[in-house]
Amino acid sequence: MSMEELFAPMKEPMILGAGISIVVGAIAVFAGLTYFKKWGWLYKNWLTTVDHKKIGVMYIFVALVMLFRGGIDALLMRAQTAVPENGLLNAEHYNEIFTTHGLIMIIFMAMPFIIGLMNVVVPLQIGARDVAFPRLNALSFWLFAAGAGLLNISFVIGGSPNAGWSSYFPLAGIEFNPGVGNNYYAWALQISGLGTLMTGINFITTIMKMRAPGMKLMKMPMFTWSALITNIIITFAFPVLTVALALMTLDRQFGTKFFAMQDGGMDMLWANLFWVWGHPEVYIVILPAFGIFSEVISTFSRKNLFGYTSMVFSMVLISLLSFMVWVHHFYTMGHGVMVNGIFSTTTMLIAVPTGVKIFNWLLTMRHGKISFTTPMLYALAFIPIFTIGGVTGVMLAMASADYQYHNTMFLVAHFHYVLIPGTVFGVLAGYHFWWPKIFGFRLNEKLGKAAFWCIAVGFNVAFFPLFILGLDGYARRMYTYSADTGFGPLNMLSFAGALVMAVGFMLICYNIYYSFRHSPRDLNGDPWDARSLEWATHSPVPEYNFAIVPKINRLDEFWYAKKEGRDITAGKYERIHMPNNSGAPMWMAGVLFLFSFFFVFSVWSLVIVFAVATLGFMAYRSFEKDEGHHIEVAEIEATERRLRGEQ
Amino acid sequence: MKKKVLIMPTVMAFLALMLSGCQPLMIFDPKGPNAKTLSDTIILSIIVMAVILLVVYVLLVNMLTKYRASKQTADYEPPHEEGSKVLEITWTVIPILIVTVLAIVTVFTTSKVENQPKGYGDKKPLVVYASSSNWKWHFSYPEQGIETVNYVNIPTDRPIEFRLYSFGPITSFWIPQLAGQKYAMSDMVTKIHLAADEEGSYMGRNSNFNGEGFAKMEFETQAMSQDDFDEWVNDVKTNEPKLTEAKFNKLLKTSFVGRESFSSTHLSFSPAPMDMSKHNDSKKEKDDSKESHEMEGMDMSH
Repeated sequence: MSMEELFAPMKEPMILGAGISIVVGAIAVFAGLTYFKKWGWLYKNWLTTVDHKKIGVMYIFVALVMLFRGGIDALLMRAQTAVPENGLLNAEHYNEIFTTHGLIMIIFMAMPFIIGLMNVVVPLQIGARDVAFPRLNALSFWLFAAGAGLLNISFVIGGSPNAGWSSYFPLAGIEFNPGVGNNYYAWALQISGLGTLMTGINFITTIMKMRAPGMKLMKMPMFTWSALITNIIITFAFPVLTVALALMTLDRQFGTKFFAMQDGGMDMLWANLFWVWGHPEVYIVILPAFGIFSEVISTFSRKNLFGYTSMVFSMVLISLLSFMVWVHHFYTMGHGVMVNGIFSTTTMLIAVPTGVKIFNWLLTMRHGKISFTTPMLYALAFIPIFTIGGVTGVMLAMASADYQYHNTMFLVAHFHYVLIPGTVFGVLAGYHFWWPKIFGFRLNEKLGKAAFWCIAVGFNVAFFPLFILGLDGYARRMYTYSADTGFGPLNMLSFAGALVMAVGFMLICYNIYYSFRHSPRDLNGDPWDARSLEWATHSPVPEYNFAIVPKINRLDEFWYAKKEGRDITAGKYERIHMPNNSGAPMWMAGVLFLFSFFFVFSVWSLVIVFAVATLGFMAYRSFEKDEGHHIEVAEIEATERRLRGEQ
Repeated sequence: MKKKVLIMPTVMAFLALMLSGCQPLMIFDPKGPNAKTLSDTIILSIIVMAVILLVVYVLLVNMLTKYRASKQTADYEPPHEEGSKVLEITWTVIPILIVTVLAIVTVFTTSKVENQPKGYGDKKPLVVYASSSNWKWHFSYPEQGIETVNYVNIPTDRPIEFRLYSFGPITSFWIPQLAGQKYAMSDMVTKIHLAADEEGSYMGRNSNFNGEGFAKMEFETQAMSQDDFDEWVNDVKTNEPKLTEAKFNKLLKTSFVGRESFSSTHLSFSPAPMDMSKHNDSKKEKDDSKESHEMEGMDMSH
């Protein structure tokens, strides 16, 4: 590992500039924390926390930062292609950017945003005090953060991955990709993927074992249902990624030939393994969004969810089908008619349960009393826009027709039409919806709606033209095109749409600042007059969540109790057992970060040192006695009085 | 909410533009039976999908206009509705029927484009090996004994069979106006069947990202009459140099080249990788050494 190799990417002025601004930003944060003497506070309250709510907030914070990193990549791509033969980016830089854009948006933005919301909301919705394994949860977060850090330093130190987010072999192999970029890919995904797998196990256990008394499975809120199913998918899908990435590392760094062009290697084996994980991954990021929309639409129509049972079964069916469709990502590799026909059918079948959900949401609104709040606007825009994504998905599912759409902008438009109104609108709806629960005040509605309109309109302007371009033969991932293709005007329109979206996202950030300064504090903990259990406790939520764990008789118990004038959180306080904070997850993830970093550069002596240190952390944890602590009744009483505003 | 109502007509306008438009989009401007089949399939699916969109949009607009809070009295409290068996069965069964129809269409059209196009008499297909290397296309004509780089000429009114493979990363061979695409890989041969009905020049390209030179990896496909084609073959055979192994290896290593022509092919010294069909055959033969022509039916690449 030479200095020359490390800092090679800095030769590019744009990357040098980004590198310098990262260093300056880091120094500013460091200096600020030191000046205001906040290090102790940060370490005690956040870095070592095992509280699911704080971990959730940290997930969402990092996801928002990553949204901006991925968003800048997107803007650069759209700027580069806005006019034919543009010289803003060269081919190599463009290739790196679309690779990291995909990776960051899926792995380091969509997933953590969703896992963050699950962290904040799921224990509250089921009346639990925390997740089943709080410290494991902290480790999940820090592993994800380590992975995100690793991928983000790649573009300044050593070079970004540049073979696409799916990194097909042999292009991603050592022969055609001799740099360290794809080592970064393997390790950044590997360690954050381990964290995700732990999240999966943690949340399945939490939901199965820690529900409030009386909350049968079919009395769970829909978001909790979606979280349960999502985590089951995670637990089945992620081991495949772990194995695939391990094989990738062996191929790239130890000379094995699993995916090589010669000696019996099979390049399409990687594609199969990748998509056996990759397609369920799509549902991992979309199902929780469905859960959020269910909560939001039901709350703001002031009606129970229409067809609850069929909603649950649709999700179960989607999760099963999600493992049976991966081949549709490469119909064009020359399967027989039979294979393509079967996978076309399974793929199209997913439209059936998804359609059931769409109609159930529509019928939830019938006879309702719809109020157009910011979260509801996202949910309402989701239906028409996502349906375009859905029906184009059915079009793509037809293997024969896919021979014309594959690898084109039509495909790019389709999956953005699914992922943005689905996942992004979903997490934004959830973010506005649950913000007051987390922080005790609402985000400004005017700014929220302005941001919504920018994003919704900008999105359609940015992505609808890509459908047309795709049908006109515009292949994806081309860094430029010639003027006589005629692709120029629609690309320019698309760039304009992307700019409008960017304004929307900046408004969302400004809204945090504005609302923090000006929004009235919320005192009753239920600002939206909502239905599920998380609204039964105070905002912000005390460490122990519920002083009294409510008993559940039916779905939306809190809503009916409100109507009947019952207080489901009344009762006699008892002391509450809570887990202790621990710095170990953060330090262990730090060590694994260094382990991966030196693995990327094949510095074996240091790899061994940090591998031993990791094992040391595990051994320490095995012998550590940590019984947690109790919150005494007097303290609970004081906290409850304070949160009720009676002081 | 008005804007959302406007999405629908906008979409329809775009669709109309796409389907009828002043200048047809490339996919909807087929010049051969394979691409024609795909174009028809796509148009059929767009019509079906437009109907589905229409249903959803009408329902949505209906809900949003009728049941908004501002249209209700202050004390209106929405009723509890568990669900509706009839409705839920309806919107499960109808989509299943639609999917069934589309699945049948898919199998039918896939098998159509995966086989030699019919209606060209009993003309034997012209076999062209198309192989990719970073970042160019090599076309070998075993029947004619010639080879070209970055351009391919084909006769009209005769079935063509492209056999695809790659000397490097996976690429995808695509001439949108003649046929759908297919991957070219280093360890097996895949096939595209097509025919050109009209003389003309068609854009062909690699559509699967394969590194730095990907954007420029295009080739021209020229469809010409059989006479012109024969004349061109003769011309190449008499005027162009032979392709030696050394020259070919040097060519493979050069990233970008213009058009080139040779009066021999690389297949003699660097044959195409194992055909997937042959792969299957040889495996089967080990199990039971029956006549292999029966195994043609197992050919995965058809």
